[in-house]
Parts: sequence; structure tokens; C-alpha cells
Amino acid sequence: MNSGLVMYEEEFRLIAGICDRLTRDANAKVVFLVDKNGQLIASSGQAQNLDTTSLASLTAGNVAAMGGLAKLIGEKEFPNQFHEGERESLHMSIVAGRVVLVVIFDAKSSLGLVRLRVKKAGEELAKVFEALAKKQATPGAQSPFAEITDDDIDNLFSE
Amino acid sequence: MSFINYSSREINCKIVYYGPGLCGKTTNLQYVYAKTNPDAKGKMISLATETERTLFFDFLPLSLGEIRGFKTRFHLYTVPGQVFYDASRKLILKGVDGVVFVADSQIERMEANLESVENLRVNLAEQGYNLDKIPYVVQYNKRDLPNIATVEELHRLINPRNVPEFQAVAPTGVGVFDTLKAVAKLVLTELKKGG
Repeated sequence: MNSGLVMYEEEFRLIAGICDRLTRDANAKVVFLVDKNGQLIASSGQAQNLDTTSLASLTAGNVAAMGGLAKLIGEKEFPNQFHEGERESLHMSIVAGRVVLVVIFDAKSSLGLVRLRVKKAGEELAKVFEALAKKQATPGAQSPFAEITDDDIDNLFSE
Repeated sequence: MSFINYSSREINCKIVYYGPGLCGKTTNLQYVYAKTNPDAKGKMISLATETERTLFFDFLPLSLGEIRGFKTRFHLYTVPGQVFYDASRKLILKGVDGVVFVADSQIERMEANLESVENLRVNLAEQGYNLDKIPYVVQYNKRDLPNIATVEELHRLINPRNVPEFQAVAPTGVGVFDTLKAVAKLVLTELKKGG
């Protein structure tokens, strides 16, 4: 079976730092990073009033659907997408083949600036995810859940 | 594909409800949503047509509590059941940790059930999963309707792997949480094994 994504404290701090910097450099309202399967990894900016769980799931759904469309016309994927709203716009870009970097911005920024900054942040993020993948593949890196017992699981479901 | 986050001490898993059109996948999620504490659930999202048929997916995030200091979160998804939405179904299965097959117990839907199980097997295989190995439970829904097949018959046709199976009447909640708990438990057990 495919192994899942594991996020460690150290890499998380690096990722959060890159997202924070991108929010500032791109004059963005919100930046968030989503696993292609719809799990939220990090968010930055004015994310408090947003339902980030739903955003993450719909982002993944959207990227998956566009990926399906890309294959139909003979493309590998559409690595960048831009959706323009009346006041706010949304830029999505696939990083390291497995995560999606989403930037929400308004008139204080521009598509050109966002594109430029996303490119740089994307490269930095790709390095972090490469390191994460290596860490996970290290022999001896066993499942952090190996020690849980059947009782632990049962307790979760006891009323 | 589970996501274990040491930083926020969370573990996220994805469960997909699969089955033929109108078998009650969305109804399962709606019941879970209605009966769960507000602090344990997020918003339920339904991408549906104007006639309330699932177009892409339904999504419901749930928190189940903590295991060894890790918050366990389950993301429940349904697929669109109608045959012609197969491309969308494949996408929803990406990164799945556990599957619930919701069967329609009515005799006239037996062929649709079988076709859907076969479709599940093929679509899982495309994503590198094996239906005979993945955490999997079966629900026989609509047990309150007349003209239904016996559980023995359903078992023989739909559940040769002999996975946990539940009888259900999704609109009133019969069997809904039993099904969910069973699949969540299998997913966590798989995770324990390091899957």
C-alpha cells in the first residue's frame, strides 16, 4: 500500500516559514499548502475566518479534476491554475508533484507578482518535501503508530 | 493515504463510501453529520446536481478523539454512483485509507451492486490498491424496503472476502455508525501495522 505523508516538527517549521514569507512577499491575503489528497499541511495569513478543511478538500478535488482533464488532452497535468473573482482571486500551483500551493489575493497584489513569488517559494518547498521523502524512506523509520495497542483503538470507540 | 503530522499532533485518514447510484452513500454521511457534536465535525460539502444527485463528491471531516496524544481525524468522502461519472470516482479514490461499500438491498439493484463492486476493484487497482487487502467493510442498506434480498444472498454475492458487514437503514441511522466505526478501526489497525 502507498505510504502516507509524515510531517515532522523541523520540516513543518521550514514550510510554515516559507508560507509566511510568501504571504508577505506576494501581498497575499492567505497562503495555504494542501496535500494532493486534500489534507491541509500549513496555512498563513488571514486564515482564521476561513474553513481551511473544506478549502483543502475542494482544492484537492479541483486539482484532481483538472489533472484528469489534462490527461484527456495529452498533457501530464496543469501545474498552475488561476481563478479570477470580482474581489479576490486564487492561484494554485503543484509543488514537487504531491502538494498544492494556494494563494488567495485581492487588488493589493497582482497575478504577475503572485506568479513570481510562487515560483520561488515552490522551489524552496520542493527541497523540503524532497528531504521529507528521504527521511521517510530511511530504513528503520517505522510507523509512529506501531506502538499503539488494540485497546487504544477500542477506547476511541467506547461511548 | 494517511497524513501524520507531528507538529500539530494529528493523524488524518481518508474513508470513501462507494456503491451504485441511489444506494444511500450521501444519506450515510448526512446522518453522521446530523448526529455528531458540532465540535467534532466540520462543514459537510456536497457537490451535487440540481436534482441532489452527487456530481463529484460529498465531504465530511470528523474528529474521533485522541490516541496517544494524537488527534485522529477522518475525512469521509462519497463518490458519485451513476455509471457515467467513472472518471470522477477514480479521482476520489486517490489516497484512500479505507472503503465502505454501500449495497442497495433491493433485488432489482443486485446487478448494479455487482457492477459497482467490480468497478471499485478496477478503479482501486488503477491507483495501486487491492480490494482484497485494503481496509474494507460492506453495508447492506435499505433493509426496511419490501422486495429485498436476504443477507445470506447479499453476503454470497457481494462479500466473498468476508469483511465486516452491517445491515442498515441510512435515513433513520440504523447501522450507520456501526459501519463507520468498523472501517475506522480497520484503518487505524492498518496504520499500526505501518501500512
